[in-house]
Amino acid sequence: MSAEEPIRIVIAKPGLDGHDRGAKVIARALRDAGLEVIYTGLHQTPRQIVSTALQEDAHGIGLSVLSGAHMTLFAHVLAELRDADAMDITVFGGGIIPETDIPALRDLGTAAVFTPGTSMGEIVDWVKSNVLPVSSFEGTSR
Amino acid sequence: MTSRRTSESGLPIEPVYGPEALEGWDPAEKLGEPGKFPFTRGVYPSMYTGRPWTMRQYAGFGTATESNARYKQLIANGTMGLSVAFDLPTQMGHDSDAAIAHGEVGKVGVAIDSVDDMRVLFGGIPLDKVSTSMTINAPAALLLLLYQLVAEEQGVSADKLTGTIQNDVLKEYIARGTYIFPPKPSLRLIADIFKYCRAEIPKWNTISISGYHMAEAGASPAQEIAFTLADGIEYVRTAVAAGMDVDDFAPRLSFFFVARTTILEEVAKFRAARRIWARVMKEEFGAKNPKSLMLRFHTQTAGVQLTAQQPEVNLVRVAVQGLGAVLGGTQSLHTNSFDEAIALPTDKSARLALRTQQVLAYETDVTATVDPFAGSYVVEKMTDDVEAAAVELMAKVEEMGGAVNAIEHGFQKSEIERSAYRIAQETDSGERVVVGVNRFQLDEEEPYEPLRVDPAIEARQAERLAKLRAWRVQTEVDDTLEGLRKAAASTDNVLYPMKDALRARATVGEVCNALREVWGTYAPSDVF
Repeated sequence: MSAEEPIRIVIAKPGLDGHDRGAKVIARALRDAGLEVIYTGLHQTPRQIVSTALQEDAHGIGLSVLSGAHMTLFAHVLAELRDADAMDITVFGGGIIPETDIPALRDLGTAAVFTPGTSMGEIVDWVKSNVLPVSSFEGTSR
Repeated sequence: MTSRRTSESGLPIEPVYGPEALEGWDPAEKLGEPGKFPFTRGVYPSMYTGRPWTMRQYAGFGTATESNARYKQLIANGTMGLSVAFDLPTQMGHDSDAAIAHGEVGKVGVAIDSVDDMRVLFGGIPLDKVSTSMTINAPAALLLLLYQLVAEEQGVSADKLTGTIQNDVLKEYIARGTYIFPPKPSLRLIADIFKYCRAEIPKWNTISISGYHMAEAGASPAQEIAFTLADGIEYVRTAVAAGMDVDDFAPRLSFFFVARTTILEEVAKFRAARRIWARVMKEEFGAKNPKSLMLRFHTQTAGVQLTAQQPEVNLVRVAVQGLGAVLGGTQSLHTNSFDEAIALPTDKSARLALRTQQVLAYETDVTATVDPFAGSYVVEKMTDDVEAAAVELMAKVEEMGGAVNAIEHGFQKSEIERSAYRIAQETDSGERVVVGVNRFQLDEEEPYEPLRVDPAIEARQAERLAKLRAWRVQTEVDDTLEGLRKAAASTDNVLYPMKDALRARATVGEVCNALREVWGTYAPSDVF
């Protein structure tokens, strides 16, 4: 067991949305905070995202959606994770997401949703305290 | 104590400017007359004293029927030109029933799968009376041809059609992300469009070379105009290499920039961009027609500066941004709705956005005289400074072998991402004030119920497609698509066989797939 294992995060752009400013800024902020970050690139299907997360042995997936397709895309990513028996990977996200959609996204299994105006510091702090490298916590299911 | 500020382009702004700022500055060389080389003061001699800019509000969502209703409402409210937003499946050349389109149909714009949707979109709108701008890039040729087909059905001949297709694929690789084909066939398709329009739709603006999306992605004003003008140079070279005379297509090139809240530097940016372009077209490409030297542009207020917090404050930001665009001499303007950091605009917020322009045009005095900032110590100095910074960046792109080579090295994208990260850090630290976000916050935000797109439209579009595929003559579709593939593999202009395929009710997805088979798709090497 290594207590020093870094947190690994996949930052992903599901669907057809090409706006990656937010995704890239968060990826850099997490990397600068000492996390390992894998960015998927644009136009990823939910299956591709989950497969990247499994290959990279990621502890968390951050989804960025600005196109209004968040309800469909978050649901698909979470369903793929369930099918892969990988629900221990923490899913969080952000984008142009109306406040009133957040409870439904949380019900689907999204751990946190960050809306426009959230500071990088807040997101980094949240990830550090909520996405834990599982191998340092023996006994939790993985 | 006075402190020196730095502009958005990282250039110094002095607390006070005096005559020394313009030492050796020659108005004849730097400004010229309005409507004359180097067009610093504007592309037309009378500018808004003759008539105001075109108020053109970008709109579209859901089905063609819903968007058609919004356009009619905008026309009734006094909008002067239509501006069509397409949904992402359409922009990426997928039909509404494709797996990858799931969840995206009708969300950020209208879903168009075939000429049948296009006919509904423009139902009751006489196409010889409106000018229509279409934000469409990789499949620009398809949507232009669908527009022409609908016009033909209305009995309107193509020489009466006016409008713009965005058709700027290079900035898709740099900032916006809705690319389909690799750069080489993409540029060839653009040259085919230039030639087709010259022969068939002569009043159409064949491209809107766009910095707006780079700015939204984080580009500074100097980066925005430098990378946009460098893209412009690449398009001109492509068309010239395809055998066109520069004066045969350059008058139909247009540009598209952002307007930020920092209006002094924005006015300087617009003026600098006009001066650089006029010089490039004259000196590098030897253009003779004065229209070839004119940088005509559309402006949209900066969406990225709008906040989801206290969204009504955005009305004020948009008014300031719009003022900057007007003081900078824009030819047309889209003012964002105050709720766009939350969702698509409602009818009311879209109307307020248009009213903002009407106040600028009809209640202020900034339209009474041309280029009101000319001769201002600060604005002339900033115009020179932004110009110099942009020219330096353009030289870097040139050193890399031009815009496409620089894109393949990831140059523009990484420069822009660095700027975006710096802005985020400054906002986090509070060095950059964003009202309502990192200062002057409310303890409790008021709830806001945004406009929502009916999720059932995806199923409705799929049904329409199923009916279309059952009804059309499939052999006609197959034959015309085969003709398109052949043209794509040769050097023939692809627009003619493409029009045949679309007339035979081939869908947007099918036509793009035929081209994908021949040209392949673009896969960026995306690092951060």
